[in-house]
Amino acid sequence: MVSFPIPNPEKMGSDPIYSRIPLVEAELAADRASQSDPALAWLWSLLEQVRDPEIPVLSVRELGVLRALESTASGLRVMITPTWSGCPAMHTIEQDIRAVLEAAGVAPVTVSMRLAPAWTTDWITPGARESLRRYGVAPPAMTSPDAGAADPAPACPQCGSTATRCISEFGSTACKSLWQCRDCSEPFDAFKRL
Amino acid sequence: MHDTQALFDYTLGLADDSLVLGQRISEWCSHAPFLEEDVALANVALDYIGRARMFFGYAAELDGAGRDEDALAYLRDCRQYRNLLILELPRGDFAFSTARQFLVDAFQLPFLEALCASRDPQLAAIAGKAVKESRYHYRRSRDWILRLGDGTAESHRRLQSALEEIWGYTHEMFRAGAAEQGLVEAGIAPDRIALRSRWDALVTPVLEEATLTRPPDTWSVDGGRDGIHTEHLGHLLAELQFLQRSYPGLQW
Repeated sequence: MVSFPIPNPEKMGSDPIYSRIPLVEAELAADRASQSDPALAWLWSLLEQVRDPEIPVLSVRELGVLRALESTASGLRVMITPTWSGCPAMHTIEQDIRAVLEAAGVAPVTVSMRLAPAWTTDWITPGARESLRRYGVAPPAMTSPDAGAADPAPACPQCGSTATRCISEFGSTACKSLWQCRDCSEPFDAFKRL
Repeated sequence: MHDTQALFDYTLGLADDSLVLGQRISEWCSHAPFLEEDVALANVALDYIGRARMFFGYAAELDGAGRDEDALAYLRDCRQYRNLLILELPRGDFAFSTARQFLVDAFQLPFLEALCASRDPQLAAIAGKAVKESRYHYRRSRDWILRLGDGTAESHRRLQSALEEIWGYTHEMFRAGAAEQGLVEAGIAPDRIALRSRWDALVTPVLEEATLTRPPDTWSVDGGRDGIHTEHLGHLLAELQFLQRSYPGLQW
């Protein structure tokens, strides 16, 4: 039997070994618990209808915007987190969540906005990445420890070629950049990693 | 310990910075040199306006007078605005806007990184989102400095002259009043003076590579944090606030 040392939270700040172990933040651990809570499963599947207004092939859950549901004595609490700071879709997403829950008779509902931990494209599910690609948008690369590095060239979502060039890091919406394939010549959007 | 008034003033200053620069950048919408650049500038403007909303939202929570984010943005006059002067200067030509954006992006990066470690959880959370966007901003403006500085004789001349025109306004980014200094000591606000070397490291090598001359530090202007502004801010606010001033409480 192998025994592991139990982390002492008081020591974690000072002991350098703990700074090298990626720990799940408390909020994310709570999100995961909510996402796998059997009592909430029907609400999670109900909310699967709420799509990103600009990229309707993605649900807000797959996008990582819908973080947690909490059933409390005073009703259902829905926790969402914004993507890009100025993204105008957030308001629509909040309204859509309310409408879907209202239509199913779930009341009262509180929608809360949480800023930290900051949303990252790493939360976009593998299935959603494939949906994006089929929709014609190259999915985001995983974030890099070198935070200042430019996004790596994505494969063309039309022909799959990796010979692509960046036209602009700022595309049709805040979350996308504009690229062109050197092989099939198609211009395409790529989801920026954040 | 710090007082709520100091934290409110500080947050409001950051909100005003973001809104005023966002408004200035948005003036390029449909006027940029080419379509992709028009889209890029609109995106950067939107990031700043989103950032402004987060800071205004937090300032509204702290406000003893109970104003909401719209009241703070639309119903204060010039003397109550606390933004840095560099952000309110008219957009000028594309070289001028590029010079400003580069010098400000190079400040925003280390500033927001430091603000992520703030003892105030809400300021740290806002910074945690904004810093990721500022990395995209800095890469874009740095690329433009290289292209224009090391471009044609005309683009070089315009960018060099823009740098000289704006340089004296950069020093205000590294100044903090007594109230802000109190927040620095409380671990809430980053020490602006200490950010200067990081800023230099992001600015000077790029200017050199772009064959531009770093202007000498021979003059400086400040006053924005005290509400003493250039004559340009009033015109900006007139446009920004027109609807709420003319139709109070208007919503859409």
